Amino acid sequence: MAASNTTTSNAVVTMDVFRYEPDASELPRMQRYTVPFREDWVVLDALNHIKDEIDGTLSFRWSCRMGVCGSCGMMVNGEPRLTCNSFLRDYYPNPIRVEPLSYFPVIRDLIINLDHFLDKLEEVKAWLIPAEDRELSEGEYRQSPAQLAQYKQFSMCINCMLCYAACPAYGHHSEFIGPAALALAQRYNMDSRDGASDERADVIFSEEGIWDCTFVGECARVCPKNVDPASAIQQAKVEATKDFFKSVLVPWGKRQQPAESR
Amino acid sequence: MELLTHDILIVGGGGAGLRAAIAIGEENPKLSVGVVSKVYPMRSHTVSAEGGAAAVIKPNDSIENHIYDTISGADWLADQDVVETFVNQAPEEMIQLEHWGCPWSREPDGSVAVRPFGGMKIERTWFAADKTGFHMLHALFQTALKYDNITRYDECFATKLLVHDGRCLGVTALELQTGQLLPIAGKAVILCTGGGGRIFPFTTNAAIKNGDGMALAYRAGVALKDMEFVQYHPTGLPGTGILITEASRGEGGILLNKDGRRYLQDYDLGEPFDVTSPEHPRKRTMELGPRDRLSQAFELERQKGLTLKGEYGDYVHLDVTHMGQKKINKKIPFVRELCRNYVGIDPVHEFIPVRPVIHYMMGGVHTNVDGETPMPGLYAAGECACGSLNGANRLGSNSLTELLVFGARAARAAVKYTESLGDFPQSELLAQAQDEQARIRERYFKPGDGKGKESIAAIRTAMNDTMEDGAGIYRTDESLRKTSEILRELKERAKNVELADHSLSFNTELTAALELEYMLDIAESLAHSALARTESRGSHQRTDHPQRDDDNFLKHSLAYQTDGDPRIEYLDVVITKWPPGERVYGSK
Repeated sequence: MAASNTTTSNAVVTMDVFRYEPDASELPRMQRYTVPFREDWVVLDALNHIKDEIDGTLSFRWSCRMGVCGSCGMMVNGEPRLTCNSFLRDYYPNPIRVEPLSYFPVIRDLIINLDHFLDKLEEVKAWLIPAEDRELSEGEYRQSPAQLAQYKQFSMCINCMLCYAACPAYGHHSEFIGPAALALAQRYNMDSRDGASDERADVIFSEEGIWDCTFVGECARVCPKNVDPASAIQQAKVEATKDFFKSVLVPWGKRQQPAESR
Repeated sequence: MELLTHDILIVGGGGAGLRAAIAIGEENPKLSVGVVSKVYPMRSHTVSAEGGAAAVIKPNDSIENHIYDTISGADWLADQDVVETFVNQAPEEMIQLEHWGCPWSREPDGSVAVRPFGGMKIERTWFAADKTGFHMLHALFQTALKYDNITRYDECFATKLLVHDGRCLGVTALELQTGQLLPIAGKAVILCTGGGGRIFPFTTNAAIKNGDGMALAYRAGVALKDMEFVQYHPTGLPGTGILITEASRGEGGILLNKDGRRYLQDYDLGEPFDVTSPEHPRKRTMELGPRDRLSQAFELERQKGLTLKGEYGDYVHLDVTHMGQKKINKKIPFVRELCRNYVGIDPVHEFIPVRPVIHYMMGGVHTNVDGETPMPGLYAAGECACGSLNGANRLGSNSLTELLVFGARAARAAVKYTESLGDFPQSELLAQAQDEQARIRERYFKPGDGKGKESIAAIRTAMNDTMEDGAGIYRTDESLRKTSEILRELKERAKNVELADHSLSFNTELTAALELEYMLDIAESLAHSALARTESRGSHQRTDHPQRDDDNFLKHSLAYQTDGDPRIEYLDVVITKWPPGERVYGSK
């Protein structure tokens, strides 16, 4: 085990933690804590040590501690990170600065408000709208492994919000739908069972939609699940451009679908 | 204080809660549904489930097979009518989830793929690589978004059931962002709050799994059933307890002791086939034996000194190296990711250190096959419930399907129940909520004198330790009495917890204190139920009573809270067609 026998006795690490307690003060502050350094501890372990042993007033979200629930995203030394997945050893012996995710309203300490994302997820209709209805008695829709592979990557989003905290377009324009919600919309657009890309188009191609993305690719860089929202957005842009040219050059394009009926 | 009202209130936004919410929308979109969850629904612990969900779909399988695997896995403590209902309804629920977009792994012909799990005659586990729970939860959450009749109370922490004239009519919930106590009424309440694995030190369970709903029902006088049955998953990572899915064994992984021996062959689990043999892995044999037997084998192996020693206690090796990189990446990519991140090893080339870790509570709020508790208006589904599907040991991959089947059934029963109900007794419910607010204020927001101050973390750690020591894989009268005694002391000490944080907004010290009280309540019910069951069955192993005793204990335990120790009563198991037999694994 890599983790065995690696506790460095007496070694400590300095944590500078963002504090904001709206009941006490309108102004945020940084608070310094000293915690034991352990080779196999992640930043979240250090925060829990603070909470349990030093200062019960520090507030943050966490749950699964295995990188899948998406609760514990924070800025660690200025980078959006899952704290359950960020080892102290990668920063030691330097101090570690922990702040709430950038660009979001802060509720308290390290806890952000993510209502914006949840609203957008609903607006882009991030759920399956079947191309053709199927009764339960007819069994599952057939979907080949290749068809599954078309959207699988985008379905891996854990809604951790790291991509928003990394996205300069979201930082600049808080109405931007943002990387994760757009990736999830594209996840359904690309699903062979779905038939509602037209329904999603209005929102995706709106002012707050894909055209806000400047394709910096920061979202893809910070994503802990390799979802690559940037490529989802790029795909959507290509589709939109194709649709645009189709509508100009072949204006009969879509309306001619039922060709066989002629 | 203003009473918020809904036709049906669901507490918990994980797999069972969301399935229930959607089922109500399907039954009658005019009914208003409230979903109260202490976390955003997509953070719920369903998200961590990895390996898969069982349902009969392939022509080589049968309903009868799934029923038998479930009942024998349960060591005959499952109610057989419930098992039959579950197994029959499971395929439909799984197909429904497919129709809602769940990205199930597929066969080349586009049909849903299945894999074997422990304790199964035939492979029947549907999977989405090894993030099945994650994909199921997100498919349910995203589907739920389209229902206008669902109101979500995200990050609202339930503190009490509102009960009037013997009927459950809502909850009080702390809105975390503001610190306000909300009185939320529902003509029916469905508890879907999950298990309470966090009462133990080493667990696959997320931090939020504190038995909230079980404790709420227990305090309201509803029995907790079969609490002594707790499942250790044989393969968790030492230290963190992070789950290494059973699918790793379903796909061919093997367990080795310190000498490299496949030690399960020494524990009546059959003969090993070489990993290169087409016969490997054989179902219901060796590494594909049931979870209780594998965890017990580890403990016996440990006592013989044949396990390895590490910083976080003893462990054995899980070897998947023979699967090769390609298959590992395709079938269990998350296992590889977790091992690289949290152990610093690559399972393509190295052994994974594993030990049994607390995984699932078979026990829970006493319900029938429709999720109804004995209290009118109160329902429960998912891990927080005990509808007697899982008996003394749950069959691997039944729990995800259980969320769907019983979430939907509880919702349908609740819809029917609410049809006959009239208006809410507003003033009575508000009065109860005001009392609850006063209780919390008095208990936690009064400046203390600093005397007798106790730390939440210290009590929690002491609880964890005594549960592992006295109520773990093997138990005795003496160990359980000692654990019960320590729990009683800890409950007293918990009364002296003082908060450093007296603020309203997102007071996570307050929720930690409330969660500790929930955990102590369910830990107490567990220890006393285990003490009273003087036999060994499934996951409940008493070294002082090593035999199964069908004459006296083919019965469910029912624990009721009293002012002193819990009162334990019994209820007969329902046997329909499968008389109690011997659990045989490893033979042809």
